[in-house]
Amino acid sequence: MYHKTKSYRIFAMFNYTGLFIISLLCVLPLVHVLAVSFSAKSAADANIVSLWPVDFTLEAYKKTMNNPAFILSLWVSIKRTVIGTGLTLLLAFLAAYPLSRENNRFKGRNVYSWLFVFAMVFNGGLVPFYIMIQKVGLMGSFWALVLPGAVNIYLTILMMNFFRGIPKELEEAALIDGAGHFKTLFSIFLPVSKPAIATLGLFSIVFHWNSWFDGLLYTNAPGQYPLATFLQTVIIQRDMSSLSLDPVTMDLISQKTVNSAQIFIGALPVLIIYPFMQKYFVKGLVVGSVKE
Amino acid sequence: MRQLKMNWQFHLMILPSLIFLLVFSYLPMAGIVIAFQNYKPALGFTGSAWVGFENFRLLFEREDSMQVIWNTLIIAVLKIIVNLGAPFVFAIFLNEVRKQFFKRYVQTLVYLPHFLSWVILGGILVDILSTDGGLVNRALEAIGLSPIFFLGDGSWFRVTVIVTDAWKEFGYGTIVFLAALAGINPSLYEAAEVDGASRWKQTRHITIPSMIPMAIVVGTLALGNILNAGFDQIFNLYNPLVYEKGDIIDTFVYRTGILSGDLGLGTAVGLFKSVISMILIVISYRLAYKWANYRIF
Repeated sequence: MYHKTKSYRIFAMFNYTGLFIISLLCVLPLVHVLAVSFSAKSAADANIVSLWPVDFTLEAYKKTMNNPAFILSLWVSIKRTVIGTGLTLLLAFLAAYPLSRENNRFKGRNVYSWLFVFAMVFNGGLVPFYIMIQKVGLMGSFWALVLPGAVNIYLTILMMNFFRGIPKELEEAALIDGAGHFKTLFSIFLPVSKPAIATLGLFSIVFHWNSWFDGLLYTNAPGQYPLATFLQTVIIQRDMSSLSLDPVTMDLISQKTVNSAQIFIGALPVLIIYPFMQKYFVKGLVVGSVKE
Repeated sequence: MRQLKMNWQFHLMILPSLIFLLVFSYLPMAGIVIAFQNYKPALGFTGSAWVGFENFRLLFEREDSMQVIWNTLIIAVLKIIVNLGAPFVFAIFLNEVRKQFFKRYVQTLVYLPHFLSWVILGGILVDILSTDGGLVNRALEAIGLSPIFFLGDGSWFRVTVIVTDAWKEFGYGTIVFLAALAGINPSLYEAAEVDGASRWKQTRHITIPSMIPMAIVVGTLALGNILNAGFDQIFNLYNPLVYEKGDIIDTFVYRTGILSGDLGLGTAVGLFKSVISMILIVISYRLAYKWANYRIF
């Protein structure tokens, strides 16, 4: 038995240690941010915080939650995530059903699938898209964050592949009983698709929560920014105007601790959802399929 | 016949998605005409003057735009190599772990960064990579090295971009290889062991060969992304100091097309990227289909 040999045991020891260190490296930056966010201004500014808070304080979180611009952005993000995910799921669910039919059963399928695939591999580029958002009057509107990405072709394909795995007998029985396709879809397919819908939903939630560029492009006031865009402007572009803290308060708390608190709150929903997503990774990753 | 009669329901189901696609995917394609115009928003598509391929000529003559294409290729190719190699190696080592709870623990931690956005990670990285007291430079100093200006020095910037991208994605990339390894017939290993093959020999002759088809699929599909060097990442990490080495097509389009308002050139660069990308994607999917029977639709 190889795993009883001495050399393999030495290898195993190094392997376990190495993997342990690598896995820690993946989360240490996040732990550092958390530690800074709970530290006092003086400690954070002196760069003595590593992985554990120095002079523990909740000051940065209090300031963050008292910042109206932050709260507004948080609300925009929650709204877009709920509405955007709902819309994407509904559209994917509806479109995946006809797309999952056999070519000879649904004559138009080929045309439709070409329209979907072409839109997936080709686009006009950023500038024409930007002008189109202006022309259809979405500039500066909340809907510019939700409508353009409402049809997610990848998620539609995942849904379609899931539908293909549903036994044909289920559907045929329903059709023979006189149910139309809509009834079949909603009363037969919907209940058995719960795992697929949950998977797509989680991926869509993370997508919407993390999206920041559209907010930067299509909304024009900090009050309309989703949280990710707000963080981008405040932390990355260092545009303090939307922070709305008076100089006296600014002096009392360190920008570093507040930024860290904001970063952590921005990451929190993903960190919470993450454990639920884990079991779906493989399904979610493998778009398309390898045919035997 | 009955089936045919019920087809209207199919069309109705797909209609909402189709409307969205037409408005948000196909309508912008009409905007491609801007690439061939001296587009002035006040004059619109119909009023702006046609300039033929002038914008493309500019694209290939301007030194900065050629530099941008070059940067994109270098960064993207290095990323593809690293993001294929790191998960491949990591999966082999993780596959040797026998304790299930330890394996799950490692997986949970290494997948995580993939789900955080580059805004969050950018905020963190700018802090820990900074020269005035960033965590990484403090560690370098502790072992007696001089601090490195990771995000402000052109050549270090590229290294930083590739390493941090690998850091974010290697765990997630491992999933497909672990799935391939889970599919190996255990009797292969048993037979090899009976024949007296060492663990290393088993890895070389069973584990690695069974990962190759997956590596081919992942690698060929990555080809289609060769002009995507990672907009989100670069945009959230770069600054004027490193434009020369770090500016890529997508960030260039944003700065010239949207920020500077040079709509014609911005559209031309975008169109150039879209066309090449589409050709590469089609080729890569064909190859993945041919070599590994991979199908998407």
